Amino acid sequence: MSKTTTGTPPERVDDDLGAAGSQLSTAPKEDLPNLPSLGVLGWARWLWRQLTSMRVALLLLLLLSLGAIPGSLIPQSGTDETKVADFRKAHTFLAPVYDKLGLFHVYSSVWFSAIYMLLFVSLIGCIIPRSWQFVGQLRGRPPGAPKRLTRLPAYTTWRTQAEPEQVRADALALLGRRRFRAHLAGDAVAAEKGYLREFGNLAFHIALIVLLTAFAWGQLFKSEGNKLVVEGDGFSNTTTQYDDFKSGNLFTADDLVPFSFNLDKFTGTYEASGPNQGTPRIYRADIDYSKGAYGKQEKGSISPNHPLSIGDANVYLTAHGYAPLITVRDGKGKVVYHQAVPLLPLDSNVTSTGVIKVLDGYRNPAGVREQLGIKAFLLPTYTKGVETASTFPALRNPVLNLEPYHGDLGVNSGIPQSVYQLDKTHVKGYKDAKGAQLRDNLRPGQTMKLPNGAGSITYEGTKEWANFQVVQQPGIDWALGGALVAIFGLAGSLFIQRRRVWVRAVKGADGVTVVEMAGLGRSESAKVPEELGELAGILYDKAPGAPEPEQAPDDSSDQDDTTPDPHVVPAEGAEK
Amino acid sequence: MTLATGTELATAANEHLANISNTLIYSAMAVYTLAFFAYIAEWLFGSRSKVARTAAALTTGAEKAKSAPAVTVQTAGGTAVLERPKVVVRSSAGARDVPDGPGAHGGDEQGDLYGRIAISLTVLAFLVHLCGVIARAVSVQRAPWGNMYEFNITFSTVAVGVYLTLLVLKKNVRWLGLFLVTTVLLDLGIAVTVLYTASDQLVPALHSYWLYIHVSTAILCGAVFYVGAAGTLLYLFKDSYETKLENGGTPGRFATSFLERLPASSSLDKFAYRLNAAVFPLWTFTIIAGAIWAESAWGRYWGWDPKETWAFITWVAYACYLHARATAGWKGRKAAYLALIAFGCWLFNYYGVNIFVSGKHSYAGV
Ligand code: HEM
Repeated sequence: MSKTTTGTPPERVDDDLGAAGSQLSTAPKEDLPNLPSLGVLGWARWLWRQLTSMRVALLLLLLLSLGAIPGSLIPQSGTDETKVADFRKAHTFLAPVYDKLGLFHVYSSVWFSAIYMLLFVSLIGCIIPRSWQFVGQLRGRPPGAPKRLTRLPAYTTWRTQAEPEQVRADALALLGRRRFRAHLAGDAVAAEKGYLREFGNLAFHIALIVLLTAFAWGQLFKSEGNKLVVEGDGFSNTTTQYDDFKSGNLFTADDLVPFSFNLDKFTGTYEASGPNQGTPRIYRADIDYSKGAYGKQEKGSISPNHPLSIGDANVYLTAHGYAPLITVRDGKGKVVYHQAVPLLPLDSNVTSTGVIKVLDGYRNPAGVREQLGIKAFLLPTYTKGVETASTFPALRNPVLNLEPYHGDLGVNSGIPQSVYQLDKTHVKGYKDAKGAQLRDNLRPGQTMKLPNGAGSITYEGTKEWANFQVVQQPGIDWALGGALVAIFGLAGSLFIQRRRVWVRAVKGADGVTVVEMAGLGRSESAKVPEELGELAGILYDKAPGAPEPEQAPDDSSDQDDTTPDPHVVPAEGAEK
Repeated sequence: MTLATGTELATAANEHLANISNTLIYSAMAVYTLAFFAYIAEWLFGSRSKVARTAAALTTGAEKAKSAPAVTVQTAGGTAVLERPKVVVRSSAGARDVPDGPGAHGGDEQGDLYGRIAISLTVLAFLVHLCGVIARAVSVQRAPWGNMYEFNITFSTVAVGVYLTLLVLKKNVRWLGLFLVTTVLLDLGIAVTVLYTASDQLVPALHSYWLYIHVSTAILCGAVFYVGAAGTLLYLFKDSYETKLENGGTPGRFATSFLERLPASSSLDKFAYRLNAAVFPLWTFTIIAGAIWAESAWGRYWGWDPKETWAFITWVAYACYLHARATAGWKGRKAAYLALIAFGCWLFNYYGVNIFVSGKHSYAGV
């Protein structure tokens, strides 16, 4: 697309309008794909022209929306790993095919990236020349009046005694007052208005580029980590403290915002009765936090929709559960373990499970070092008859089921282990009097005795834990700014009409001045004739009509409002 | 909890209000049904008139076009100064010069009467419907769009509201009445039978004023997209009808009687385009508001959740449509298909995703 392009809106402007109809937009001209014969450079240029053509941009947009579909229907590893695993199990034939096509991670797959990268390049290649061209249009002047104004979509004329120079001067002043860019070109005034449309359009597309760049930037420097904190415990923001941590390719540990906090109290309330019994109502984590390495302590709270922002970092509350406080004593009555153990919630009534692991400090009655693994199963609300699940999410009637084992937990073997699971290969269960696996239900304050003086386990009470997600994503302000500009640009581009008006005044053969006015819009709209009528009305008051010459104009029947011609097209939106 | 008794009293009152809301919704459905029959009567009586304006215009148009440009005359500046210059409007080359049809009543007086009755009934039903939605909102003490049932009843209120607003603005949309009331009845029918959810408060993740902003604009966009899509669909019918006439064919009697009364295809096309273009920025805003809310609720702006993905697909589809019309020169039917696909994406995002696909958004409760 060169600057000399006359981007004529094809369907509307007749040949004889010439330059007058040109460049009402800077939309690139569609050239037919005539194949180049110019070697590598020619091909490259041709490819570039194709890529930045509207046809290809449209195609890429369509592809982008089509390409987004599979990701919404096939489980995605980025959002739900377990669903992907289930899918792999269920579809042994499809899964490898999907893997090849990257369908388990559509939005980071090669082909999806290729589509939006191409769209991105196309967008840039389209916007830069358009911006240039627009600057050129702003510097230049609206094109002069075409020869035959009657051919334009809105037209009016009258005869007046006023001098043509005077009419033109009035028209120039009037259009200037109406904030048209107007100038005198030959025997006519040429004026144009609505450049904000083009400006809005360019702003929109450029804002899209800013938005996408900001997102890409954020992706590269992003970090995201999770930390489970039990009431009374704390966290400080270093990579080593996280339970799991992910970061973008260009992130470095120094980028973490320094802060720390303690979880004072977690509050969860639930609908107590009615059909929605058990539905969560309030989740809130009350914390003490300090900014920077040695900042002063401040109180704060975090709840869903209300993250805590510290610098670039946001701290979200993402999950919660219970952590029974457990004391383990050896045969001599010495406390070898005293800790709140976070359990993993299994359902919406927070039935929870986990393992208490006593790794060192315990000796069996024979004086030999051993490790203890105690499977724990907590029902926050136990109802008689419902043994395997909690019936309400709050701690109404907590019962903790314990199942103790002893031996080697295999924790030191170097194989990573889930804290919520017990590896039973090297442990033996404690037996009860009947020789079956020992297991007991405890209420807060109760103690379970291990057989043969091996010690005891006490369920002291229950604390709550909360999971916090800490996210740092730079560039998001830019993305938001881009989004806002995009909306306003879009509104300008869609709601503002760009249009031209010409006023020609010449002396007719009989010495009477003939005024002709015409308007042209980018798209057919009722506004153009309406506005032209209004302008004509004002100008007419300055240059009032002169009597018509004797012979009646042959189109007078058309002007008779009482006999509507069935063939006539009313201006859209015009009062009938 | 010391507040327990107070809460229970309030709950009882709210359940009472929720029942009132249900009664109002059922009453609105009854009135919409009456309106539906009145619209049918309008169309039936209208079929008596034999105007055949489209056909006349198209058959005489061919010779006339050569002799004189198609023009109409319009008084500028209204009634103030009679002899002011008059603006001559010339329609663009290539466009058919077809007048708008007279509307469902086809110029028949009795038809027109029924049409007016139908609109009055629609207004009445709308008011009852609106009260039902408000009662529901008061009973749950929040915006009435916390689950699909509420979304449905609110959505159809807004759709009817858009239609009535266009009528008040003196736009030529009376032809839409029958289609609108039919879909509203369908929508409400699905709502009260399949989607009904007892009134309830929101789970914590939905406690945000972004919910108000994001969902209310989504509903408004959907309603306008719907009206636009209805215009587009009818445009396609009317356009093939006009093409057939132009090529000397004779469309069936039913098609003739029905399509002749609609506005000209070019008017329908423009009508649909304007609506779609007008709400596109709002739809863009809706998506951005959703991203901002997702950020505060889930800790990420954009996670390619199915609902987000389909909002994006809908957005891109409408962008395609606007591009096609503005620059790629895909006017008329091709662009119309794009517009229908785009609306299809919107519908799927609403029904399909909630029902068939699970994601973070699905806890809005089917
Ligand atoms: C993310 C993708 C894009 C979106 C969402 C988008 C959206 C839009 C919208 C809504 C309009 C306004 C249409 C109207 O005036 O009715 C528009 C106009 C336009 N777009 Fe895009 N666009 C995108 C990408 C592109 C690309 C890649 C190109 C170039 C190759 C492009 C070139 C244009 C041009 C030239 C116009 C102006 C037409 C005129 O003069 O009115 N756009 N775009």
